[in-house]
Amino acid sequence: MHSRKPFYLFVILLFITGIGTSVYRGLEHNIPFLPGEQVQSWAIDANITFSGSNNPAEVHFALPNDPAFDILVENTTSPGYGLTITEEENRKAIWSIRNASGPQSLFYRVTLVPTGKLDITTDEEPTDTEIYLWPATEKDAAEQIVELVWSRSATNLSFAKQLMQLINADNQSQNMSLLLSTNTSTKLFLQMLHTKGVPAVEVSALVLEDQRRRQQLSNYVQVYQDGVWHLFDVVNNKQGRDNNVVIWENDGGSVLDVIGGRNSQVKFSMLNDTRSALTTSIDMMRSDDALDFSLYQLPLEEQSLFKGILLIPIGVLVVVFLRVIVGIKTSGTFMPVLIAMAFLQTTLITGLIGFLLIVSFGLMIRSYLSTLNLLLISRISAVIIVVIFIIGLFTLVSFKLGLSEGLTVTFFPMIILAWTIERMSILWEEEGPKKVFVSGGGSLFVATIAYLAMSSTLIQHWVFNFLGIHLVILGTVLVMGQYTGYRLTELKRFKPLVGEK
Amino acid sequence: MNYAWPWELSRAGVLNMNRRNIRYIGPYNPRKFYKRVDDKLITKKLALANNIAVPDLIGVVSEQHNIEQIPAMVKGRSGFVIKPAKGSGGKGILVIIKVENDRYYKANGAEVTHNEIYRHVSNTLSGLFSLGGKPDVAIVEGLIEFDPIFNGISYEGVPDIRLIVFKGFPVMGMLRCSTAASDGKANLHQGAVGIGLDIATGKSLHAVQFDKPVEKHPDTHFPLSHVQVPHWETLLHTASSAYEMCELGYLGTDMVLDKNRGPLLLELNARPGLAIQIANGKGILPRLKHIESLKGPTMSVEERVAYAKKHFCDKPLF
Repeated sequence: MHSRKPFYLFVILLFITGIGTSVYRGLEHNIPFLPGEQVQSWAIDANITFSGSNNPAEVHFALPNDPAFDILVENTTSPGYGLTITEEENRKAIWSIRNASGPQSLFYRVTLVPTGKLDITTDEEPTDTEIYLWPATEKDAAEQIVELVWSRSATNLSFAKQLMQLINADNQSQNMSLLLSTNTSTKLFLQMLHTKGVPAVEVSALVLEDQRRRQQLSNYVQVYQDGVWHLFDVVNNKQGRDNNVVIWENDGGSVLDVIGGRNSQVKFSMLNDTRSALTTSIDMMRSDDALDFSLYQLPLEEQSLFKGILLIPIGVLVVVFLRVIVGIKTSGTFMPVLIAMAFLQTTLITGLIGFLLIVSFGLMIRSYLSTLNLLLISRISAVIIVVIFIIGLFTLVSFKLGLSEGLTVTFFPMIILAWTIERMSILWEEEGPKKVFVSGGGSLFVATIAYLAMSSTLIQHWVFNFLGIHLVILGTVLVMGQYTGYRLTELKRFKPLVGEK
Repeated sequence: MNYAWPWELSRAGVLNMNRRNIRYIGPYNPRKFYKRVDDKLITKKLALANNIAVPDLIGVVSEQHNIEQIPAMVKGRSGFVIKPAKGSGGKGILVIIKVENDRYYKANGAEVTHNEIYRHVSNTLSGLFSLGGKPDVAIVEGLIEFDPIFNGISYEGVPDIRLIVFKGFPVMGMLRCSTAASDGKANLHQGAVGIGLDIATGKSLHAVQFDKPVEKHPDTHFPLSHVQVPHWETLLHTASSAYEMCELGYLGTDMVLDKNRGPLLLELNARPGLAIQIANGKGILPRLKHIESLKGPTMSVEERVAYAKKHFCDKPLF
């Protein structure tokens, strides 16, 4: 006996690869592990308006840039405008027109899906912040406050926190009131941070609320500390972010720049929607061109073909288990799998009745054929043709009777049925009807179990969406091929050998 | 409880199907030698070349148009057997025990018409009885004149002696007797009686039908507790030398006793069944392990038989 080690290593490798790739697919591409899962999505409309002045106009509009949301689909409506979308660090839509006159209206529509990654992390240290220089009137007041808070804080974060508290305090110092009389609280906060060279930028964000219209962006401040940008909502005295905040522009730049137009503004309206998690991830992968190892890139017809084919390993697994571990005898090794595939089309009860009808009719006709003394090949061929007649007859009769279930018998594999009839007929002649029922019953039992496994929506979801699962099945089949233990039926068969002690 | 615990069976040394396939048939029976036992025609020729007695060959039918020569072939014989060369599990064996004025009769007295014979042979040639449905040839053999010593313990059929030969050592044996239930066939799953035999003496140890212990033949009511198989020494030798002939380590040998010619080798089996353990009321695994653990020089047939007789003797379980 050569060593079994490479074999077990190979099987372990199969298991690890199979489970690993499945988990990767689930986490990386957000393919849900359970079928029928739903996710939220937000449809956001941005409406940009401005008045043209009979001159060329160019509109620069920042596009959402937030790891907490994935863009599922985006499109624009802008009749007469040329559009480019720059895919640089900060995504921007640039509309341009040679002659804009009168009120102009541009639409940008995006569907966002929350990813749950609320932290904004960065690998790059932000470049040195420009120290803010205060105007002479504010210099003393500002510096006093900043120095005081600076001395009482330890990190960028605690510094920012205390500054925000101070700005929003109920009884403000004279210095603070002075500063706030000329600055907005957000601007003041940012300037104070910059005084000490703390990396901070102003960002524009949209607060998502279902069925809101004519909303505007709010301004927040992001403060950098240890690779993470922390969000501060100074106006509402809040640190951190909720999952309904989309950061639209995060570089301190402007969201909307209109060259050659006046009175420009942007309004947002939004709608919350739930959709299938699976469809969402597929659309997402399609828009990212990440479908490389997915069957979803195939044409629909091939996809549905594969949905059937990929169930065969499950059926085979059931057959191997029931034969090797349980020890059920079937007529024809993989005949039950093919019958179970047919059951998927016919549903179980119709399938069972159809199968029994066809086989018993076939056996009757076969018993006549056996008196004709035919060669094997022509006898099997005759049985195949007769099976087709029977199927045709059943289909017609059930159609006339209005039983739509009966029409599905055409899904039975005819060659397999013919061989089943042939084998059972021989078995009947040689070993009597009892063996025929045992072997036929065993086959139908295995087919039913295989059908139940194959018709489970969970299993159908897994075998098609997580191809790694087939490696796990392969590994399991290989391991079962090494099983030298007793089969369940053998425990009964060999009972007499231990009973007498 | 009708089920045994797996560890009880394991303690009793019962060999099971999966272990037989993986641990014994896989490593000890090289695939390339299978045709020596799966094709009975090759077995027969090999046996003749090795001076092992077999039932005499009347003829071989390998083409459909040769089927009509069968009546001429068997002319003047009192009986004959038609079997597929690559059949398995006793399938497709037609036994004619009486030929009278060109009319053929089976053991149960039923007549078999020429047409039925043609159809049977035609089916055989098409591969109906062969493994995997491959085209086959039909062998026509002389009928075995079965030894009257077995009168009473078999019903409508020739009892045969199955010996499991492991690496050339006969390790377990049984006598298979047909019954009314088995329709003259000697296969245990069809209802034949299996009588476990002591390797040392050839005496009966235990008997079962349908996996249940029996003390008498169900049809003839012949007591089975004191059966002694004659020519036991020759049977052991024949079985043991089959190892050199076909080079399969885990082998089932089927032999019959002919009134005039003594033990004849009927066929060999590269996948012998497990029912022999039930017939013996004993697991075969300890004996297989015993043989596997043997070291030292290769033994001759005589040495192996002597070794088996010394180590594998049993007490009757009746």
